[in-house]
Amino acid sequence: MDIDTLKTDLLDQIAAAASPEALEAVRVAAMGKSGSVTALLKTLGGMSPDDRQVRGPLLNGLREAVAGALSARKIALEAEALNARLASERLDMTLPVAAAVTGSIHPVSQVMDELAEIFADLGFAVATGPEIEDDCHNFSALNIPETHPARAMHDTFYFPQEPGSDKRMLLRTHTSPVQIRTMMTQAPPIRIIAPGRTYRSDSDATHTPMFHQVEGLVIDKGITLANLKWTLETFVKAFFEVDDVTLRLRPSYFPFTEPSVEVDVGCSWEGGRLKIGGTSSWLEILGSGMVHPRVIASCGLDPEVYQGFAFGCGIDRLAMLKYGMNDLRAFFDADLRWLKHHGFSAFDVPTLSGGVGA
Amino acid sequence: MKFSLSWLKEHLETSASIEEISAKLVSLGLEVEGIEDPAAKLSAFTIAEVLTAERHPQADKLQVLSVSTGSGEPMQVVCGAPNARAGMKGVFGAPGTFVPGSGITLKVAAIRGVESRGMMCSMRELELSEEHDGVIELPADAPVGGRYVDWAGLSDPVFDVAITPNRQDCMGVRGIARDLAAGGLGRLKSLAEAYRIETLAVARAGAGPDIRTDDPAGCPAFLACSVNGVSNGPSHPWLQQKLRAIGQKPISALVDITNFIMFDLGRPLHVYDRAKLSGALVARKAKAGEQVLALNGKTYAVDETMTVIADDDDVHDIGGIMGGAHSGCSETTTDVLIECAYFDPESIARTGQKLLLTSDARTRFERGVDPAFLDDGLAIATHLVLALCGGTASEISRAGQAPVEMRTVQYRPARVLGLVGIDVAEDEQEAILTRLGFGVTRGSPWSVTVPTWRRDVGVAGATESWDGEADLVEEVVRIHGLDRVVSTPLARAEGVALPTATPAQKLERRVRRVLAARGNHEAVTWSFLPPAQADAFGGAAWTLENPISTDMAAMRPSLLPGLLAAVKRNADRGQSSVRLFELGQRYLADGEHASAALVLAGEAQARGWQTGGATGFDAYDAKAEALAVLAAAGAPVDRLIVAPPANAWWHPGRSGRLVLGKAVLADFGIVHPATLAAFDVKGIVAAVEIYLDALPPARGRKSRGVYAPATLQPVTRDFAFVADDTLAADALVRAATGADKALIAGVRLFDRFAGQSLGIGKVSLAIEVTIQPIDKSLTDAEIEAVSAKVIAAAAKLGAVLRG
Repeated sequence: MDIDTLKTDLLDQIAAAASPEALEAVRVAAMGKSGSVTALLKTLGGMSPDDRQVRGPLLNGLREAVAGALSARKIALEAEALNARLASERLDMTLPVAAAVTGSIHPVSQVMDELAEIFADLGFAVATGPEIEDDCHNFSALNIPETHPARAMHDTFYFPQEPGSDKRMLLRTHTSPVQIRTMMTQAPPIRIIAPGRTYRSDSDATHTPMFHQVEGLVIDKGITLANLKWTLETFVKAFFEVDDVTLRLRPSYFPFTEPSVEVDVGCSWEGGRLKIGGTSSWLEILGSGMVHPRVIASCGLDPEVYQGFAFGCGIDRLAMLKYGMNDLRAFFDADLRWLKHHGFSAFDVPTLSGGVGA
Repeated sequence: MKFSLSWLKEHLETSASIEEISAKLVSLGLEVEGIEDPAAKLSAFTIAEVLTAERHPQADKLQVLSVSTGSGEPMQVVCGAPNARAGMKGVFGAPGTFVPGSGITLKVAAIRGVESRGMMCSMRELELSEEHDGVIELPADAPVGGRYVDWAGLSDPVFDVAITPNRQDCMGVRGIARDLAAGGLGRLKSLAEAYRIETLAVARAGAGPDIRTDDPAGCPAFLACSVNGVSNGPSHPWLQQKLRAIGQKPISALVDITNFIMFDLGRPLHVYDRAKLSGALVARKAKAGEQVLALNGKTYAVDETMTVIADDDDVHDIGGIMGGAHSGCSETTTDVLIECAYFDPESIARTGQKLLLTSDARTRFERGVDPAFLDDGLAIATHLVLALCGGTASEISRAGQAPVEMRTVQYRPARVLGLVGIDVAEDEQEAILTRLGFGVTRGSPWSVTVPTWRRDVGVAGATESWDGEADLVEEVVRIHGLDRVVSTPLARAEGVALPTATPAQKLERRVRRVLAARGNHEAVTWSFLPPAQADAFGGAAWTLENPISTDMAAMRPSLLPGLLAAVKRNADRGQSSVRLFELGQRYLADGEHASAALVLAGEAQARGWQTGGATGFDAYDAKAEALAVLAAAGAPVDRLIVAPPANAWWHPGRSGRLVLGKAVLADFGIVHPATLAAFDVKGIVAAVEIYLDALPPARGRKSRGVYAPATLQPVTRDFAFVADDTLAADALVRAATGADKALIAGVRLFDRFAGQSLGIGKVSLAIEVTIQPIDKSLTDAEIEAVSAKVIAAAAKLGAVLRG
């Protein structure tokens, strides 16, 4: 058989090999110890140099062609095998995956974090105080003596009086005792907010016996009501994320501030939904005033040197106004449906750069 | 506090519109809660004339009227009123009109077979009085077709104003008029002008009644006179109308007069029927055991701290709070005693709080009525009694002296700028204070006397130079206008705002967001519990004396009961998987403790095509959450010891407590079935309680130290031990870890097996030990030596290497 015929024959066999085993059989038959190509190559040794000069390149060409074809065919067969295996491994990619559990942050916590963020930028630290208070911190030190009508307004929850104690323990009716605790322990300048749980014996559609308040207090030299107005405007703009904010200050009365002002924010009602901004309607949002000189004095500071302002605001109400809940009682019901609807992602951390509006 | 526009105008001469008055009230600090024109609901009723009145063919008591309404054909109206007759004018409601007194909307209807189009109305149907014996009869000159409210002058808007507790002076219409006048909205009329009399003095004859005060502390001043020969009955319509307009029910002339003066002048009075009194009328402290049947029909036991008005036989009045029923006036009363007293505000407040009794009189006395207004108050009351009930008045008897000494405040006008940030000229400040009734003597500082009706300004017995000064600043600014305050920025610290959160706050934020990120929902539940629920968790250290209900009485000793109750509610609402957590305080005997708690109930994993049937939560889910939180909080979790549960509300075999040294950081596990039963919760609940205030303080770790990874490959070796199944896996892991502290870098338990092949009560625990060569590769012999130490350490625990 001449070389060309053998080559054609072998290349045909290689191309026809349908499996790695068949290909191996071809390889052994051609390139094995007693293979056809091997046999031809062996003949080179017995040749004259002239013949070798002629036959050598031809036989080497044959060997290389066959080896190359074997290798290419092997790769092709492997690719085919892989394709076949992958085809057999097909899965239905439309099948559902296990749902990741997602939790939520309660709106009250979220709003507290927002408040902390906004007021931190204004230099306010977050202060705390006990919820079980004594009547001194909750009332007397705040210029609310025992017979003051404001005590009745507060619908206080009391604990039974301990025999022999002149202190009366109660659930704080506002976060204002934190003012006292702060002024008693900290030297001015003071800038704090104090968010937390507060309690009043009151229950209807808009009142719950437990609710959340945030207190603000600034004590320094030369602080005025004009600073209060700016602070509240700045806060309301940042919190509600609107620039067009108008505040209305109304004279009011709190025993621990003088002058006292009630603060309304301009708003409008569009299709029954509240929109902060403008002046077409007014919404009462907080009570505030200049800290009463007697309160400052009772905390050991000289009211002729130090003065400042305080404000108090319902956090639940802020949340309702900003995020559109309409029933306060649902805040405390732990209904998963409500929490999933109104709660916030753990990753919605309010930041100044990212916005405090979750 | 309610008043009508016409009532206000009795004291205030003004041409201001309703809107102007309303805006001014708000800017003065008298918050307008509503303005309602009671006539608005009657605007559809017109004046009509009855042309004919025939007997109803089917009913004796009904008539068929033909009514002229001023336009169009006469209307046929079926009417049951006995006084309806031809030629009479009355008030007509056409079909479609809403009748407020009966709550129905009129429609064309057949009454006993006769069509009726509209209605002739009674006073009661229009809510003008209780009169319902017949329909309203109007004089012949009433214009047919005209609006009834216009003709009758009923359009008189009623303001409802919230009065802050400091402004007792505005708990009478006159005080509000005074404030409006000071605010520039008109002129305050004199009292005589308001009452349309020449002088406040009334004709008096004969000695005054026998009175005295034996309790000058509780009742410093007691004035009285008698009026004999009065006739008491329904009061005059103008008086009835005024009271009704503000929602007060007219009772009788004498009672209405005292009520009127209270709402008009803020001056409570009391009128006694002299026929029911015997001997002197005395203000004194009550005696133990005394009781009063008050005008509200309830009996009150008064005690020695309370001031009462009594005669020789009986207590007739809880002084300044409520009169007694026995000596109250009735229609047969002819001789009366009018009391005008000053009661001490503090003692009124204490008595009212003790008796849980509120009244319009208490509200005013405890806020401090004008101590200089006793004579005028009594004169006006006497004048009205004489004018409306007749009779002759006695001289005035006086006992004691009201505390009328004028308070003086030292005032620096510059404090307006200093406190409020607006500059109000001194002349304007003086004018404002003067209009409000203050007496101003300029100087350095100014000396300002406070009018007797402004108990809220200044301090009795002031000790500091600044006492009362801020009060005057408020008065000036209130009238000048708070809207003139211009926002002024607070000084800003240089640079970027500094961090303000405390370590405790940062801890709570982190714990909250870790729990939420792990799939749990944050709840906020009540701080108070039903006592039984608190008892299931060791009992409450704090129980409210006056809870809003007994179910909200016990301050929670743990956050779990609130969450378990929430599990129950959510399960009842069909939630198949409940993962709730809360951060808040536990209230223990030694105070409040910041805590976090988590409950896991229902399905941990819903059934799925990959995982098969649904799975529930187990104690290890709870442990995983606890450790995740503690790790996030910076606690050294690898150093925590798992101790047995200490509290009865945990499953004794499936719960544990995580301890660091002596500090208990958390409890976790399965809640005891008996505890769940107390909450009516079905199934299994896994729970965690984390004691945030027990966590070690987070260390500031700005820098992480030098990065020095091991240069040599670690070697791992697996060991399987057989041990008693009471051996804590953790003990084996710790023993192995400690077997060669230099070379063993980690031990991980990867298999646990208990089967019959091991024998009863035996367990196989398999661990993977990681050996980390330090400065040179280990030889086989060295590795073998470490292995031998591990095996020896395990053997000390009774664990035998599995063959």
